[in-house]
Amino acid sequence: MSSVLYDTPGPRARRRSILYTAGFLLVLAAAAWWVVTGLAEKGQLEWSRWAPFFTDSRVWTTFLLPGLENTLIAAALALVIALPLGAVLGIARMSDHWWVRGAAGTVVEFFRAIPVLILMLFANAAYAAFFDVSPERRPLYAVVTGLVLYNASVLAEVVRAGILALPRGQSDAARAIGMRKGQTMRYVLLPQSVTAMLPAIVSQMVVIVKDTALGGAMLGFSELLASVRPISANYGANTIASFTVVAVIFIVLNFVLTSFAARLEGRLRRGRRSTGAVVAADAVEELATPGEHVGHKPEPPARS
Amino acid sequence: MFDFLQGYDVLGAFWTTVQLTLWSAIGSLLWGTALAAMRVSPVPVMRGFGTWYVNVVRNIPLTVIIIFTSLGLFQTLGVSLGAGTFTVINFRLAVLGLIAYTSAFVCEALRSGINTVPLGQVEAARALGLGFTQVLGLIVLPQAFRSVVGPLANVLIALTKNTTVAAAIGVPEAALLMREMIENEAQLILISAVFAAGFLVLTLPTGLFLGWVSRKAAVRR
Repeated sequence: MSSVLYDTPGPRARRRSILYTAGFLLVLAAAAWWVVTGLAEKGQLEWSRWAPFFTDSRVWTTFLLPGLENTLIAAALALVIALPLGAVLGIARMSDHWWVRGAAGTVVEFFRAIPVLILMLFANAAYAAFFDVSPERRPLYAVVTGLVLYNASVLAEVVRAGILALPRGQSDAARAIGMRKGQTMRYVLLPQSVTAMLPAIVSQMVVIVKDTALGGAMLGFSELLASVRPISANYGANTIASFTVVAVIFIVLNFVLTSFAARLEGRLRRGRRSTGAVVAADAVEELATPGEHVGHKPEPPARS
Repeated sequence: MFDFLQGYDVLGAFWTTVQLTLWSAIGSLLWGTALAAMRVSPVPVMRGFGTWYVNVVRNIPLTVIIIFTSLGLFQTLGVSLGAGTFTVINFRLAVLGLIAYTSAFVCEALRSGINTVPLGQVEAARALGLGFTQVLGLIVLPQAFRSVVGPLANVLIALTKNTTVAAAIGVPEAALLMREMIENEAQLILISAVFAAGFLVLTLPTGLFLGWVSRKAAVRR
């Protein structure tokens, strides 16, 4: 698309493009200069503050890796528990009985409309008040519970979208050979929709990983972000350095997941052997929004 | 039954949430549009920057960005955004962080909208001799905006929910007050119900209203 928005540059356009490039680079350089001098003034760029991450393996083994492990454990637990719950809710939302449909719909709309932090705070206090969970385990339980409540309702919509994306002929054919509703769902629709849902599920995994950081900031869950504080306490107030390292780990981890989701989606769209049904990786933003049919992403018109 | 509400400014906290949402929405709409323009521009450096920005920001937890505005921008680089008291500084820093994060999603929504504008529109504009800024500003963006009201509504509702992250740097909005009340009062279920209801009131009507707007605004083709 970008290439149809402008003509092939002639000599004047090329000169102007060079001018813009130079101006833009100048702005970027000025911003970088301001950041670097500001950090240097506070001594945050001194090698002694960055060296531990390259020379001292204990930073990794004592703080960063255990933090990353907790992040991944919380995210994995949340996904593993939320998936079956989401599947049940999603299928219940397509039930022929109005009361099953209505109940599942209410649950899904409720938990999609509420910030995940509110759910985590509630879960944390509820575990403290009503359950016998040790204080060390409570943050993990609270984070996972909050994430499960929220993501089960998002994944319910992913499951529903996946099943609705299948061609109608699939359920027609199942009915034609005499399958019941449950059989159609179990043997025909669900197995095919799992493939269609994979990009969206991987994409939702990114959202889950990002949300675990909330537990570190607000509930005292010792995940990756929370490791900044002990590191800067032990290695000479290197807040900026440890913050940068943690941010880079998050970016790399999530970038790998995002790229994987995009590749899966591309494979499914190109695939010849499947029905071609797919829930797009970026559809999860829409499916996470409460309200029916709020914002369907517009379909681009066919290009000749 | 609702005695526990006394002594707490619940409405004030939700008003802070609304203010965070509105300022961040305006800011991220502007910065997100600029980013989208960069991503489709003829200047390769700007295209590269736009792509890099979106890829980096979308993959960082919002919590990391918000805490960085306080730890990095304010405490290390001394950025106070023209404010005097800590409450105002933290509010403005939170808005800045929310804008930085949300604009990446606005940019992607707009880019999908740009793709819906038929090729003929752009070709006709170029045949008339319009340059890139004119094609984008007069022909493409006005049509693109009308078709992305729905996706932008999703971003706005996500933003409303995301303002709770500002609690991480002590902005006195709904989630922070909820944590304080849970610690001090016994009625956990009722307190949670009040705050859940507050967010339902903020998000559900927005979704319904903007859903209606998006159907009205969409260009019929």
